[in-house]
Amino acid sequence: MSNATATPTVTESEHGVRFTRAAANYLDDRTKISVAVKEFGRKIFPDHWSFLLGEVALYSFVVILLSGTFLTLFFQASMTEVEYSGSFVPLKGIEMSAAMASTLDISFDIRGGLLMRQVHHWAALLFVASIGLHMLRIFFTGAFRKPRELNWVIGFVLFVLAMAEGFTGYSLPDDLLSGNGLRIIDGIIKGIPIVGTWISFLLFGGEFPGNDIVGRLYSMHIMLLPALVIVFIALHLVFVVVHKHTQFPGAGRTNNNVVGFPVLPVYAAKAGGFFFVVFGVIVLIASLFSINPVWNYGPYDPSPVSAGTQPDWYIGFADGALRLVPPGWETEWFGFTWSWNILVPIGVILIFLVMVVLYPFIEGWVTGDKREHHILDRPRNAPTRTAIGAAGVTFYAAMWAGASSDIVATHFQMSMEGVIHSLQFALIVGPFIAYALTKRICLGLQKKDKSIALHGYESGRIVRLPGGEYVEVHKQVTDYERWVLVNYNEYKPLMVRPNDEGKITGGQRFRGVLSRWFFEDRVSPATQSELDSESHH
Amino acid sequence: MIRSTKKKTKKTGRRHPMATVALVAIGLIVTGAAYAGFSNSSAIAEVDLQAQSTIDEGQKLFASNCATCHGIQADGTDEGPSLIGVGAASTHFQVGTGRMPLAFQGPQGMVKPKQFTEEQTLQLAAYVASLAPGPGIPEAQYLDGDGDVANGGELFRVNCAMCHNVAGAGGALTEGKWAPKLSGVASVHIYEAMATGPQNMPVFNNANISSDEKRDIISYLKYLENSTSVGGFKLGSLGPVAEGLFIWIIGLGAVVALTVWVTAKSN
Ligand code: HEC
Ligand code: HEC
Repeated sequence: MSNATATPTVTESEHGVRFTRAAANYLDDRTKISVAVKEFGRKIFPDHWSFLLGEVALYSFVVILLSGTFLTLFFQASMTEVEYSGSFVPLKGIEMSAAMASTLDISFDIRGGLLMRQVHHWAALLFVASIGLHMLRIFFTGAFRKPRELNWVIGFVLFVLAMAEGFTGYSLPDDLLSGNGLRIIDGIIKGIPIVGTWISFLLFGGEFPGNDIVGRLYSMHIMLLPALVIVFIALHLVFVVVHKHTQFPGAGRTNNNVVGFPVLPVYAAKAGGFFFVVFGVIVLIASLFSINPVWNYGPYDPSPVSAGTQPDWYIGFADGALRLVPPGWETEWFGFTWSWNILVPIGVILIFLVMVVLYPFIEGWVTGDKREHHILDRPRNAPTRTAIGAAGVTFYAAMWAGASSDIVATHFQMSMEGVIHSLQFALIVGPFIAYALTKRICLGLQKKDKSIALHGYESGRIVRLPGGEYVEVHKQVTDYERWVLVNYNEYKPLMVRPNDEGKITGGQRFRGVLSRWFFEDRVSPATQSELDSESHH
Repeated sequence: MIRSTKKKTKKTGRRHPMATVALVAIGLIVTGAAYAGFSNSSAIAEVDLQAQSTIDEGQKLFASNCATCHGIQADGTDEGPSLIGVGAASTHFQVGTGRMPLAFQGPQGMVKPKQFTEEQTLQLAAYVASLAPGPGIPEAQYLDGDGDVANGGELFRVNCAMCHNVAGAGGALTEGKWAPKLSGVASVHIYEAMATGPQNMPVFNNANISSDEKRDIISYLKYLENSTSVGGFKLGSLGPVAEGLFIWIIGLGAVVALTVWVTAKSN
């Protein structure tokens, strides 16, 4: 009986196995996919929440692609005047561009259209925000060091592309809000001496706003920029695989290994699931919270400007920089107006961005460190870098807050001028304060780490010795814990040495100065001998 | 059997001719009361603004509440401007929104709970109007909110949005002044604000914006106020700043919490 039932099952499963085997062989012979799977599937991915931020960005981008494709089916990138006749009553019969009218149709007359618009826009905001947070993580843990400097640059390019994607998309509906944004861009371009006006005419196809700009932005928004983003994401990921992932310091983790889970099956399953988690969060937000209600703003018309006109958050820092310029920065030379009120903030922003993208190279040069680094720094163990980062964040935040100065003023019942002046102060002095504070905090934390490594931590238990003396019992940390506390790179300021010809060049001297600035204040990790002598008593 | 009788009684109960009558009556009473309340609060109650008794009452109220700042003749002091010629509309707006009597000197008079009944407010208005002609209290036909909403929206964007924001969410002006948000403001006060231009707001007289156009604007603002937001919660109608804050704090916050959760599960 049992035999009789067992036999057919065996043959059946053998049959199945034979089929899958054949299919697998067929595929493998033709694609060599098993090599890729074996290679990639065995990649190890360490586990830390902050390592998923890049993934959040990637997944939001996928959501953007999906929802964006839906929108392209209904959006008309044309500035032809039409009379709106859709179902939103307060705009019925109003003249507007076909772009605006089709955006309204998507919002009111196409099933699921509004949800898709909101998904698309929220995902875009999340996309740029997660890139920003991801970059901060990379920066503060020193993950940009050799061999990953180029990947930092690629990531930075992605950040800029994402902002460009966002801005072009924000401008497409041709509503009053985005039109004001374009007007500012037009003003900035016109502020470039001599050629500005020509460039503006070229861009807008004549006098602002013209009839072309929406179509042009649309080609950028749905073809050029996404293609570039995809290329750079691909490059970015290839480098991640080639370089392997970095990891936080810990016992058993070295520069030559990666401790974590293999991509297959654990990690891939998690990542796949996580995609749906991110997708779900975005859809949840989009279904509950309104975003960019263009029907409130109405069609673009160059005369009205609304109070509280702001760009999306990622362009805010640029808008804020313009707002923080004191009035009257303008001169007339050779019959041309030089609008310093535009040129200076734009210049400052460009310098800031260039510093960000070049930072890995600058730091590499200052430290003179040519080694590969796969172990991350705890931020406190690189006090100067962390302090520079904090200063940069403060600077950016001041510009960013500048963009919402009017809303801050009304909501906290302050005067506009008061808000602007405090932000100007924050912009210039804030970074220095942030730098000094952060550095002190880092050094303090390092000292604390060192004393814990050497003496253990205070257990809070007071003991009276037979002699009458009171001591607090210190609890020693475990070896695992101590490893984290004492294993970090210690740099010393570079010695300025003469070169082959016996000369000290200016560049070398400058480097020496920078290096001293970087490493003068430092707390060296507890050495083995210190640890040994400590453990004896 | 029992079930069917029950059904029957129910049915007859509902079909009872008096039920319909009663329903209609209730409906009429409710709408009538609501209408009366509405028109009472938004337009002229049964106060005769021309009557000498009204003006006298107003003068009394004025002398005891307003004269310290505006002068006993309402011709102004260092504390407050002359009210001669500002008209009933201005007084009705200032007192009706609770701005007057002014609580303290600041960049701008604050809206606060109003201190006078509608009747007293009208008496004050009658008194101020008796001093010299000025913009009067608008007629109810402009306040019904049944104007052309699309035209009102267009006019609002062109004339008002630069200070009050396209969605009427308010905005900042210089020197600590601001244009308030417009939701929850009574139709009559919207009209009067346009007609009299309180403080930093320009006057929109009938040559700029005709009475019918004012009606359209009011209709638009009432439409904004009463329509539900199709996209979900409005985040204060503050536009990209609110959206940006939201995505950083709630959106990214939630996602980061989830990354922590996803990675914590493995250990
Ligand atoms: C504490 C002083 C003070 C008191 C009390 C006061 N006001 Fe005023 N009032 C002012 C000031 C100052 C202004 C001008 C600035 C402003 O509009 O806020 C003003 C403006 C006004 C205006 C607007 C004038 C215009 O140009 O349109 C009216 C109307 C008015 N007050 C009526 C009254 C009435 C009615 C009362 C009494 C219920 C009153 N005020 C009480 C100080 C005062
Ligand atoms: C130059 C800026 C400016 C413009 C333009 C402007 N307002 Fe105002 N508005 C103000 C200010 C400032 C106040 C506050 C006055 C006060 O508190 O006394 C105000 C007050 C109001 C109020 C009273 C709100 C309340 O809370 O009681 C209404 C209603 C109003 N405005 C409607 C309009 C309408 C409608 C338009 C367009 C036709 C308009 N405003 C145009 C600046 C402006």
